[in-house]
Amino acid sequence: MTRMAATRDGYGEALLALADNPKVVVLEADLGKSTKSLHFRKAHPERTVSCGIGEQNMLLVGAGLASSGYIPFASTFAIFTERAFEQMRNGIARPNLPVHLCGSHGGTHTGTDGSSAQSIEDLAIYRTLPNVVVMHPCDDVSTKELTMQLPGLGKPSYMRTARNKTPVLYEGKESQIKIGKGITLIEGNDVAIIACGVLVHEAMEAAKALQSEGISATVVDMHTIKPLDTELLDSLSLKCGAIVTAEDHSIIGGLGGAVAEHIVTKHPVPMEKIGVHDRFGESAGSEEMLEMMGLKSHHISDAAKKVIARKA
Amino acid sequence: MTGMSISELEEMARKCRIEICKMTHRAQAGHPGGSLSEIDILCALYGHRLRARSDDPDWDDRDRFILSKGHASPGMYAVLAEMGFISHTDLESYRVKGGVCQGHVDMKWCPGVDFSAGSLGMGLSYGMGCSIAANIDGSKRNAYVMVGDGEIQEGSIWEAAMAAAHHELGNLKLFIDCNGIQNDDFCEAQMRMFDIPAKWNAFGWAVKVIDGHNMSEIVSAIDWMDTVTDKPAVVIGMTVKGKGVSFMENNPAFHGAAPSDEQLAIALSELGVNA
Ligand SMILES: Cc1ncc(C[n+]2csc(CCOP(=O)(O)OP(=O)(O)O)c2C)c(N)n1
Ligand SMILES: [Mg+2]
Repeated sequence: MTRMAATRDGYGEALLALADNPKVVVLEADLGKSTKSLHFRKAHPERTVSCGIGEQNMLLVGAGLASSGYIPFASTFAIFTERAFEQMRNGIARPNLPVHLCGSHGGTHTGTDGSSAQSIEDLAIYRTLPNVVVMHPCDDVSTKELTMQLPGLGKPSYMRTARNKTPVLYEGKESQIKIGKGITLIEGNDVAIIACGVLVHEAMEAAKALQSEGISATVVDMHTIKPLDTELLDSLSLKCGAIVTAEDHSIIGGLGGAVAEHIVTKHPVPMEKIGVHDRFGESAGSEEMLEMMGLKSHHISDAAKKVIARKA
Repeated sequence: MTGMSISELEEMARKCRIEICKMTHRAQAGHPGGSLSEIDILCALYGHRLRARSDDPDWDDRDRFILSKGHASPGMYAVLAEMGFISHTDLESYRVKGGVCQGHVDMKWCPGVDFSAGSLGMGLSYGMGCSIAANIDGSKRNAYVMVGDGEIQEGSIWEAAMAAAHHELGNLKLFIDCNGIQNDDFCEAQMRMFDIPAKWNAFGWAVKVIDGHNMSEIVSAIDWMDTVTDKPAVVIGMTVKGKGVSFMENNPAFHGAAPSDEQLAIALSELGVNA
């Protein structure tokens, strides 16, 4: 059976593994138990800064540390990073300081906490900031691997992780994972499904269902939303001639927005976006939320058939 | 204003504690600790003072109550059920798809809820807006706000604190649920706040510190708030997180964890429910 894990656990493991680098410091805003920075805190209290429930302060403390040669990893829920958006913009992105922000519990998949906790706009807003790398990995292995690469980045980043467990895809395949490089999980010619985060698994299920109907779909894990792997996108436009994007995020401005913005300027092909349709979420279980928001594999396969029908 | 007696208020709080345990148990999620610590103050406010109409929850001239620590929603829902804003069956919808009792209090979903909370540090500013609106309207209605002691670490709280004093908002009334615990740990470990009453004093508020579980003290403090008319007033309730359930009391683990079947049984018997 496939191992199930939450991406936030991959983040926690990575921080612990990164502790060998004496410049790595961890910043918390009273959610370390949830974002999983608690493991680092336990092992290295001297390099962990508790900022209380104060996200705005946390980010700029990170900026000061980064300017002094440290590599700060700050985390809270994805939604509460947004309170410090302008700090991220003016205090971190503008001076290009390598502060690494992780927003856990992203998306509607986070479940019964309800709409106040379900960030569906984080990828969109951070993507608008110059210098900032934006990621949303789909399993704990890739989350760990991508986090491990961040000290070498030399610029700020935002990574969304998820609260709940999803199937692990990259066991033993760490070498495939590089910031900025999409990963082709399934090869096909009729349509390209480009997904991130918890919807990567749904996209693979959709491809299997399409296969049984004689439709061959490519599935890509686009774990890095910025910089976008445009080389891969161009080749998919040419090869498949139709694209479906899938994300647990607003259809406005996230992965779907990024892909659309690129393909219209290069090789325009019909496209469908699976995502949250300009509404807020509510309290329900993770699977119920995916169903309610139109994010399940059957929604993806329906969108694939729709977009294939629109091919010239 | 329903004018309930002290013993009636105490009995209401006991019933609410039972519902808090049942709700979080049923959902296997949610926040019992901060619901149990706030509940005596909430019962006193609704049962003794708040001008609101359960049969007309949107009545324009009602007092507002803003539960800024919106995660402690089971406490609020239990009180709303006791006061007749929602039914006791509605409590079963806590964290259930389509339910009026959303995970965090939400004014679009639940009658009697005046603010959609869940993100800490927002309610006091919102209450300030409600107070100013009442003044412009020439109304005597008040805005009451409840925040957590961890929550007051948010910078926005102090922006509102300063602004409310500047504007001499005598109709803005704040409760701080000082239970000494936040999400990850004790406040003392996460962020020491030193002298909390002195801070509010320095910001220009009228300040009173009380035992937040002593019903007569709470009722007197609410009456005292009415006598403060030229500046905002804050009642700092010294409370115990998880109050009323032995294994939850002063235990950070029950900030955001539900009781198991066995734990529920213990909790209910401690709260005087006969098996
Ligand atoms: C802006 C924001 N940051 C973080 C959180 C996550 N969070 C929910 S409850 C909580 C602790 C709150 O502690 P306190 O205010 O003392 O509440 P209480 O003890 O009364 O439950 C935290 C950090 C949040 N809801 N909002
Ligand atoms: Mg507290």
